[in-house]
Amino acid sequence: MSELIVSPGPHIKNKADSVGFEMRDVNLALIPALGMGLYYFGVNALVVILSGIISALVFEVIMVRIRKRKLQRQDLGSAGLTGLLLAFCVSSATPWWAMAGGTFIAIVVAKHAFGGLGFNIFNPALLGRAFMLASWPVIMTTWLKPLDAITTATPLGLLKEKAISTDLLTMLTGNHAGSIGETCAIALLIGALYLIWRRTIDLRISLSYIATVVVMALIFRQDVTFHLLAGGLILGAFYMATDPVTSPVTKPGRWVFGFGCGFITMIIRLYGGYPEGVCYSILIMNAVTPLLDRYLQGRIFGRKIWNTV
Amino acid sequence: MLKFTVMFWEKTFTGGIHPDYSKELSSGKPIENAPLPRSVTIPLIMHTGAICDPLVKPGDLVKAGQKIGESSKYISAAVHASISGTVKAIEPRLCFTGALALSVVIESDGKNEAIMPAIEPDVLKAIKEAGIVGMGGAAFPTHVKLSPPKDKPIEYLLINGAECEPFLTCDHRIMLEETELVLEGISLAAKLLKVEKVFIGIEGNKQDVIDNFKLQTSNFKTDHKLQIVKLETKYPQGGEKQLIKAITGREVPSGGLPYEVGVVVLNVGTCAQIAKTLHTGMPLIERVVTVTGKYLKEPKNLRVKIGTSFKELIEFCGGVTQGEIKKVISGGPMMGIAVPSLDVPVVKGTSGILVMIEEEARLPEPEYCLRCGKCVDICPQYLLPNYLADYSEKEKFEKCEKFGALDCIECGACSYVCASKRNLAQLIKLAKAEIIKQRITK
Repeated sequence: MSELIVSPGPHIKNKADSVGFEMRDVNLALIPALGMGLYYFGVNALVVILSGIISALVFEVIMVRIRKRKLQRQDLGSAGLTGLLLAFCVSSATPWWAMAGGTFIAIVVAKHAFGGLGFNIFNPALLGRAFMLASWPVIMTTWLKPLDAITTATPLGLLKEKAISTDLLTMLTGNHAGSIGETCAIALLIGALYLIWRRTIDLRISLSYIATVVVMALIFRQDVTFHLLAGGLILGAFYMATDPVTSPVTKPGRWVFGFGCGFITMIIRLYGGYPEGVCYSILIMNAVTPLLDRYLQGRIFGRKIWNTV
Repeated sequence: MLKFTVMFWEKTFTGGIHPDYSKELSSGKPIENAPLPRSVTIPLIMHTGAICDPLVKPGDLVKAGQKIGESSKYISAAVHASISGTVKAIEPRLCFTGALALSVVIESDGKNEAIMPAIEPDVLKAIKEAGIVGMGGAAFPTHVKLSPPKDKPIEYLLINGAECEPFLTCDHRIMLEETELVLEGISLAAKLLKVEKVFIGIEGNKQDVIDNFKLQTSNFKTDHKLQIVKLETKYPQGGEKQLIKAITGREVPSGGLPYEVGVVVLNVGTCAQIAKTLHTGMPLIERVVTVTGKYLKEPKNLRVKIGTSFKELIEFCGGVTQGEIKKVISGGPMMGIAVPSLDVPVVKGTSGILVMIEEEARLPEPEYCLRCGKCVDICPQYLLPNYLADYSEKEKFEKCEKFGALDCIECGACSYVCASKRNLAQLIKLAKAEIIKQRITK
């Protein structure tokens, strides 16, 4: 008779769920948008996406080596996802070296400098994008027309600078200038439905984010559907703001997080210097996530008041 | 007059998980008597409370049902010989928890002679004398539970037939096969507590039990209003606080007891034992144990003498069909404890013996928390298990206390859902123990 294993309970674990599965789910969900991005922006987009993914993987492997950790499959899944998401929120005119600069900030500074996956405060892809926008403002605001490679402005830019609005069908199909992965709302929503079905993302954040944008658009007498479909809102609300590591874990915290993202996005869109505010709004809310977790814990069973620490 | 209704919607609490129940392994197996053990090891502490002093010495002849241990403390439960034979030793023996406890070892004479019990008319006294404890697992002395403080009137008696732990089916079989005893026990307890209304909570995965209760209650005479409540099949539906919340909508205050919301909860097995003792005068010397496992040759529901070793019961069920026994759990897979040896005895609170082979016993290695918040979503006590576990790991126990560690019911649902396979529940249990230790030393 061999020795018995004595280990703490519970003695069964949910096999249908693991970190690797979650990364795989998000990567899978981005495939429709990836396809549309490649269709509209062609070889340019392919170069941006590949340089994003490859440079992210290279930095990840180097950082894991430097930090003397064992490289696990989900590390590559997560780094690849970061590279892909960064490529999704930049223009197809971005050169490969700028992508490498962005992924350096995303993987090395935003993620590993803070302790690696699970410990980062800011969404790595968005911090990478913010760095690129600050470093190469011209590159980052040079937009190409789909299927054509002529420079033009995005719908939000057209609205802000020339007061030209774009029609609904163009917005839905994504046949307009913009970041590689953000233009086709339909493709992004298909992926989002998959994530909702797989219960990979928390809808509280997405719903309160989108609802806040709707309410703000109504208050400021803006075109509601335009604001929903323009820029990176759908990409941000379903794929970026819902990044579990950088968003609150508490239920009330998630509602407020989504509200904050929506509020700041609209303030930037309406009053800010940039036409789009999704990236900065999520980064700002990332920074207050620890506070939201702390003060919006909600009520413990059997207590009357909310617990705050 | 009996009033009886079955509700067609299922009640429940907020949070919880839906694990793989695997109850079909043993749920169809009628209760059968385990063979008479060659010897029994009866710990003098099988309950929550004070340990008993032995009343016998080595060499003494004892009969089944004879009292062999007793304590003068109020919160304690008497211990009885479960077979007839000779007391071989009174010495510390290994318990299912891995700790040593002073135990009475009795070698069987093969006759299984019982004492001539005197039937005690005072119900509460009879329960105390019989050493009855909560048979759902926590083993809290039943006479204490049935004597609530005078200033706390009890409005409802709740009967816990949820049996939400995966694999376990002993309560299921008791409710099917000993329905009358359960109902009688309920009636006796209700009379003691002077409650009018009794709720019997049963999970929806036991429709046969619900139908059976419906049939049997029509012939059953009682002064109390009995109501069957169909509960959603969800873990930890049978947790005391979750059961009370699901049925009455009331929340037991943080740090408080069910009395404070006018409720007492009893397990169905405990009710059956109360009726049995009142009928025959025999104390608690045997119980139903589910012996199960995916690779166990023949899972069974067995009526087992207290003190029988796990080994004998696993052998009686034919051992495993492939591989080697690598882990044996006393109780269910969620809250049960992995035993250090197969020689540990069945005690009053042993509801199941779950046998696992290598591939089931090895659990994945924990990784870093991704803050996905699944543990927060499902925590039935509305805690933040990821933060509690983090602070516990860093030994910041004051922080754990502020985050409500002491409100944790240790159900293990957080560890179950964790995508990173972290041992959240274990870390929180550790923090609880540390907080309590620090309070005592202060």
